[in-house]
Amino acid sequence: MTSADRQTLSMHHSEVQVSVELQTPDMTLNLGPQHPSTHGVLRLVARVDGEVIEEVEPVIGYMHRGYEKLAEVRTYSQITALVNRIDWVSGFANEIPFMVATERLMDLEVPERAQYIRLILTEMARISNHLVFLSSFPLELGASTPLMHALRERERVLDLIEGVTGGRFHPNFNRVGGVKPAAGGGSTQKKVIQDLPKGFLDQTREAMRYVRDVCDDMVDLVLGNEIFMERTKGVGIIPADRALAFGVSGPNLRASGVPFDLRKTDDYLPYSTFEFDIATGENGDCFDRYAVRLEEVIQASRIVDQAVDSIPAGELRAKVPRVIKVPRGEIYVRAENPKGEMGYYVVSEGGRGPYRLKIRSASFSNLSVLPWLLKGQLVPDVIAVLGSLDFVLGDVDR
Amino acid sequence: MIAVLDNFWALLGLKVLAATGVILTVALVIIFAELKISAHMQSRVGPYFAGGRYGWAQPLADAVKFLQKEDLVPRDADRPVFKMAPMVVLAGTLAVFVIVPFSPDLVVRNLDLGVFYALAAGSIGTVGVLMAGWSSANKYSLMGGLRAAAQLIAYELPLVLAVVGVVIASGTMSMVGIVEAQAEPFFHLGDTAIRLPYVFQGQIVGFAIFMIAMLAELSRTPFDMPIAESELVMGYLTEYSGIRFTMFFLGEYAGIVAMSAIASTLFLGGYYFPGLDSATFGPVVLLAKIGLLAFVMIWFRWTFPRFREDQLQSIAWRWLVPLSLVNIAVTATFKVVF
Repeated sequence: MTSADRQTLSMHHSEVQVSVELQTPDMTLNLGPQHPSTHGVLRLVARVDGEVIEEVEPVIGYMHRGYEKLAEVRTYSQITALVNRIDWVSGFANEIPFMVATERLMDLEVPERAQYIRLILTEMARISNHLVFLSSFPLELGASTPLMHALRERERVLDLIEGVTGGRFHPNFNRVGGVKPAAGGGSTQKKVIQDLPKGFLDQTREAMRYVRDVCDDMVDLVLGNEIFMERTKGVGIIPADRALAFGVSGPNLRASGVPFDLRKTDDYLPYSTFEFDIATGENGDCFDRYAVRLEEVIQASRIVDQAVDSIPAGELRAKVPRVIKVPRGEIYVRAENPKGEMGYYVVSEGGRGPYRLKIRSASFSNLSVLPWLLKGQLVPDVIAVLGSLDFVLGDVDR
Repeated sequence: MIAVLDNFWALLGLKVLAATGVILTVALVIIFAELKISAHMQSRVGPYFAGGRYGWAQPLADAVKFLQKEDLVPRDADRPVFKMAPMVVLAGTLAVFVIVPFSPDLVVRNLDLGVFYALAAGSIGTVGVLMAGWSSANKYSLMGGLRAAAQLIAYELPLVLAVVGVVIASGTMSMVGIVEAQAEPFFHLGDTAIRLPYVFQGQIVGFAIFMIAMLAELSRTPFDMPIAESELVMGYLTEYSGIRFTMFFLGEYAGIVAMSAIASTLFLGGYYFPGLDSATFGPVVLLAKIGLLAFVMIWFRWTFPRFREDQLQSIAWRWLVPLSLVNIAVTATFKVVF
């Protein structure tokens, strides 16, 4: 074999070079876009030496659907159908900040009952999102049984969301100025005001009991498991200052010990009337990220319980004109979504749809920490770290 | 008929066919048990329709489905090695059964060095795994194969050392001899002779080490890194399909049967159970013990996450090997003193 041949070969196949010249160049491992643990279509191009990652480059965009552009040619009430598909694991929560932004631009006062319903459903979306995380993260470490137990209780929560909104994942339930009359009865045209389904509040209390039970199980089965601790403690540590520098938000930030929760600081929903604690971790490792989300489920169920007990009677929607036109202006509204800070920057030129919509999604910023975080990790730890960040590719690419 | 049986090769062929059939049937039963037990552990029903009742025919249906699938070989694969690998795995596993005694007479060959042979034959499978990983021309397969090789080197040692305790206690390496030694009265309580398997004769540590090392040898959870599906897609199995995948799959479960059979023979008294005639009930007793150990393995699999490669190595070298050496020393001391 001539040297020219050898060079052509090595240009095309790094593996061929191994067999020809007995060198051991770093292997390029292409994790994804079709890989069991990349939560959809994330692609990680990793340069590995054996099982040690030397460099990793996330490649995103496989699920870009152009929602920001699509929003420019839709009316405000049509956009809810788009935005709840951004992070489909917690669909309902995505609608809230956009609706609040629109309502603030229009200077609308949302009836209190509608706000409570929004809050209850947002927290239920948080519970369902976190239960997916609590079940799928052990799966990535090789334990498949927690999956079934947590998803069983999540199904109760999803059933309740479906009962109110008519949709499990994509409720499309918010309207400018309030919420839609509940599914299953009449429409606004008939002037029949429909409310929450019968028995919803009691069933919600019961479901929250089941959710707390399964959380107790998770504490015993997963957090108390020696192998789980071995695999997650001290793995994928994000120190608080790095987390802030990379714009990490949500449970990932709180796991690093920063007690920052938009539910406490902003007033997009009446959270200030309820008692709940901000769950924080200490080390910012995978274990803390799991423990923080587990605690958040319990806190969310506390909030739901309080809201269910104190929900006021009243209108479901403020008086709005039939054709919704938003006055000229711009606003940024952010909310504490299950995956972190989600914000919408809405620019209105006075039309029926926004002139420009910028979506700040939690997963995108959370993922930006990956190249720094994964350097020098082992391949099994990469999977643990990826799982612990709890991202959804729809939320990354939008 | 008798004339045919007089021919050595014809008899051998029949024996091999019968033994293979029995072993693979037991493996299928364990596959079914895994499907059902895992389902009930996870609040599911599991297989339900195949076969009419309890879905008992599900493993058969799966096997038939796999046989119909196309036998794909990747373009860049090393074809002969790729095609041979599953056969090596299955053959290595089946070879172990040569020395497993199902009753005092129901044993293919009662070798004097039975234990030695079993451990040697048991590791052939890993060569097949390494072949599969190397020849698939797939990076995930390669990593899976190398992980399996590293695992074999680390866990073969404690496995062998754990058995040494039993060999010292019984004074023989013949599998039948070891069972006979466990059938001897351990001590007398008044007039009744107390007969105990080795696990209750002080070999409990050896048994624990053997079980852990066995899980690692078989790549079962919590040591299933070679096929860790969340990391390596399917490890060395990634590129296999159709009948070759079936052979790996059957090989894995036949491996469970084989290693459980060795463990029950060495530590649990094999075909012997006090009060039961070994010649008649031997096979049933041994199968029951195999079933018990297989259940424990299934139980582990659906309860534990998996370790990381380096943690597995550190368990082997820092815990199991020193522990098994201590076990040997203690066993030998007792043997000499009493």
